[in-house]
Amino acid sequence: MSDPITLWRRFLARPNDDSVKLFGVAILVALISAALVSITSVTLKPLQDAHLAAERAARMERMLDTLPGLRDVMEELGVDTLETRLVDLESGRFVGAADPAAFDLKAAETDPEQSTALPPEADIAKLGRRPNQAPVYLLERDGDLILVVLPVSGSGYQSRLRAMLAIDADLNTIAALSVTEQNETPGLGARIENPDWQALWPGTQIADADGKIVVDVVRGQATQPYEVDAISGATMTSTGVANMLRFWLGPLGFGPFLDRLKTEGL
Amino acid sequence: MRSSLSHVTNPLIANNPITLQILGVCSALAVTTSLSTALVMSAALTVVLCLSSAVISLIRRHIPSMIRLIVQIIIIASLVVVIDEILQAYAFAISRQLSIFVGLIVTNCLVLGRAEAFAMRNPVWPSFLDGLGNGLGYSLVLILVGSVRELFGAGTLLGYVVLRPASDGGWFEPLGLMQLAPSAFFVIGFLIWAIRTYWTDQVEEVERPLVEERAR
Repeated sequence: MSDPITLWRRFLARPNDDSVKLFGVAILVALISAALVSITSVTLKPLQDAHLAAERAARMERMLDTLPGLRDVMEELGVDTLETRLVDLESGRFVGAADPAAFDLKAAETDPEQSTALPPEADIAKLGRRPNQAPVYLLERDGDLILVVLPVSGSGYQSRLRAMLAIDADLNTIAALSVTEQNETPGLGARIENPDWQALWPGTQIADADGKIVVDVVRGQATQPYEVDAISGATMTSTGVANMLRFWLGPLGFGPFLDRLKTEGL
Repeated sequence: MRSSLSHVTNPLIANNPITLQILGVCSALAVTTSLSTALVMSAALTVVLCLSSAVISLIRRHIPSMIRLIVQIIIIASLVVVIDEILQAYAFAISRQLSIFVGLIVTNCLVLGRAEAFAMRNPVWPSFLDGLGNGLGYSLVLILVGSVRELFGAGTLLGYVVLRPASDGGWFEPLGLMQLAPSAFFVIGFLIWAIRTYWTDQVEEVERPLVEERAR
């Protein structure tokens, strides 16, 4: 009775329509399959993450390529990539860090010690928590800002959206928007990754004359300098992008940092 | 030996899953825009089909018939997820191109069809060979369609320029239609036509002639 092999034999010998066998087979198949899938997933995760990181870096490069004249400026300055700095979001000041490029934004987003819970009414990007510090990517010439790139994130229809937002030196004109991560409905919301749609963003204004953030995604035809056409059939995702930008450009996002840049410069 | 070999050779043309059984056509349309995606999809499906047939056949005597479809789908789905993870880790660029279609192998009628029709009733080795044969039959069609579509749609094969396009100083004008899904219907349709013209025994009997319908 206690011998496991005998028990196993007895289990297999049961008729197939027996309920013990029925549940037993179902549970065993499910457990073995789950173990197989989990083991593969966990062991291959580092390799996949490396690919994703390389892809994100390539996207950043491609985004820089789309900005007219930027490569010439970078060549003139003798740099081949943007400078990474860490910003304290609340004060908008730079944080001295040994290696800002090594800052793990994703880990900081969920770490209670490195992030702040957002009040629901202000959490328009539906993030839940916001990291206390975030990296920014700068291009400057003799202390004058040429371009600043901000990492932004928000909620779309069914997934977390991540993007890089490049802003011109006037700090009110979007130079480029590049979606780096999304898992929206293929063929609908996933089209926010489409270069044709992202090409609508350059030149879009962020705030009106009073400094109120008005950048938006609208259904139909965009008529104002601060509007971009939504993707038809993907209203939720398009709104998600708009809310993401409004949040990160606002007072709880990079607002203090951008205000400080406007008044104090770098 | 000959009979076990026939498990592999039979589904290649005589009992081809796509052209005779018309199974798995959805993915055949979607992934054949280029030869490289067709090759990877073929390999992924063949591996899944071989393994799922072998595993299901191994435990076929102990699968209660009441939950047999669930058990088969769990096994197939797990294998597909594993293959998808492996592709994402080792063939990232191609896995991006195939996007959701690797995941959709789960719903490919071919895999469940072979599990239900063959693996549930036959020993492990013939089931494995049957999976291999059907996988190769599917691959054959995918590779043919992929070659035709890439060659005439872009003038390349596996990315190498074969027919130099007019925009690049050559004479060839790429057929944009070949890059769109409907062209796969045409190519597969012509393929079925050609096969059934040569092997006339594949022609199906007309179950309900159109004339009879009109007469009613």
